[in-house]
Amino acid sequence: MKKVYPDAKAALDGLLFDGMSIAAGGFGLCGIPELLIAALREAGTQNLTVASNNAGVDEFGLGVLLESRQIRKMISSYVGENAEFMRQYLSGELELEFNPQGTLAERMRAGGAGIPGFYTATGVGTVIAEGKEVKSFNGRDYVLETGIVADLSIVKAWKADPSGNLVFRKTARNFNPPAATCGKVCVAEVEEIVPLGSLDPDGIHLPGIYVHRIVQGAHEKRIEQRTVRQRA
Amino acid sequence: MPWDRNQIAARAAQELQDGWYVNLGIGIPTLVANYIPEGVHVTLQSENGMLGMGPFPFEGEEDPDLINAGKQTITELPQTAYFDSAQSFAMIRGGKIAMAILGAMEVAENGDLANWMIPGKLVKGMGGAMDLVAGVGRVVVVMDHTSKHGESKVLRACTLPLTGRGVVSRIITNLGVLDVVPGGLKLVELADGVTEAELRAATEATLVT
Repeated sequence: MKKVYPDAKAALDGLLFDGMSIAAGGFGLCGIPELLIAALREAGTQNLTVASNNAGVDEFGLGVLLESRQIRKMISSYVGENAEFMRQYLSGELELEFNPQGTLAERMRAGGAGIPGFYTATGVGTVIAEGKEVKSFNGRDYVLETGIVADLSIVKAWKADPSGNLVFRKTARNFNPPAATCGKVCVAEVEEIVPLGSLDPDGIHLPGIYVHRIVQGAHEKRIEQRTVRQRA
Repeated sequence: MPWDRNQIAARAAQELQDGWYVNLGIGIPTLVANYIPEGVHVTLQSENGMLGMGPFPFEGEEDPDLINAGKQTITELPQTAYFDSAQSFAMIRGGKIAMAILGAMEVAENGDLANWMIPGKLVKGMGGAMDLVAGVGRVVVVMDHTSKHGESKVLRACTLPLTGRGVVSRIITNLGVLDVVPGGLKLVELADGVTEAELRAATEATLVT
């Protein structure tokens, strides 16, 4: 089966439907699937539920899908960088489920690993645990969280080979591997598709079994907080 | 004179022990990295997927693929390791991080911490804070003792939604250092030139001796 597609639009063809759930990789604007997000905007798919640590900024990342009102619900840990998000949420237009960051990552990992639920101490005694089962293990309370299985995963990697093996770069890895594993279908965008055999099999970060479609393209890779130090 | 942000950070850096893996929050906690004592080697974890966080880059050397949890550009060190978010929080929840130094909106005398939202006003999210306070060995809070309006942030009970219950061990503010002990908070140290009466006046929580 051929996994390489010519562009982001083609890579999403036949996978999109209104009301679907999507797991997206990225942390802030770092390692986000910007080409696939742009293609989603173009496709106009409606009523999306998106699990992603953040919601982009006003004009970049997932922010563009908020701007076009394609997202009905976000599952996120931190959305502080996006004024339009805040506006839609406070006015009741957008549903938001806050998950602690590690709980969100583990929900994706668990969903992809066939684990429907797990207990964690994170959030015990806070609003996060309200309405959820709490169980004591060895004298400490843990809350039951569920695995996430999404209709589609969209992720960004540095390099892929044609079999779908992925390599990420520095902190752009972040949520991409767990998000990739929890989708029924995973589409990955990369900076470079390299020939089979040119990635070190010991250095593969995510095996191609999790990746169904790949697209290569140029990335803007916007920096959110450019911070520098002075040369001595 | 109460401590300024840098002096609070410098005092917090004295909490660090050689060999520790440590997570520093956003704001004053980030400044702690500038004051790590000579001879103390700690490895900084950034929860977006990095151990061995280096300083900010020189201008022109910023890498969009290399940021900290505050989304600031940073650099790597010879001992740096990268990993994904699930792995990152596995080491946090698994108790491998010795200490987290975090900011706060409110702290209570029983160690309750609130630092992630103000209902109806500020809806940013908890990020990794709930995982950190549930998982790391020891939580130290650094913050101003009072709000901009002069109200105490060191309370009998938190009024804001909690990040964690009974999770804070030590509080370092512009006025001094307090420990969470049975029955309330114990004064450990006063900032230079701050009197105990001044600290007491700015503290709503019960102070025990």
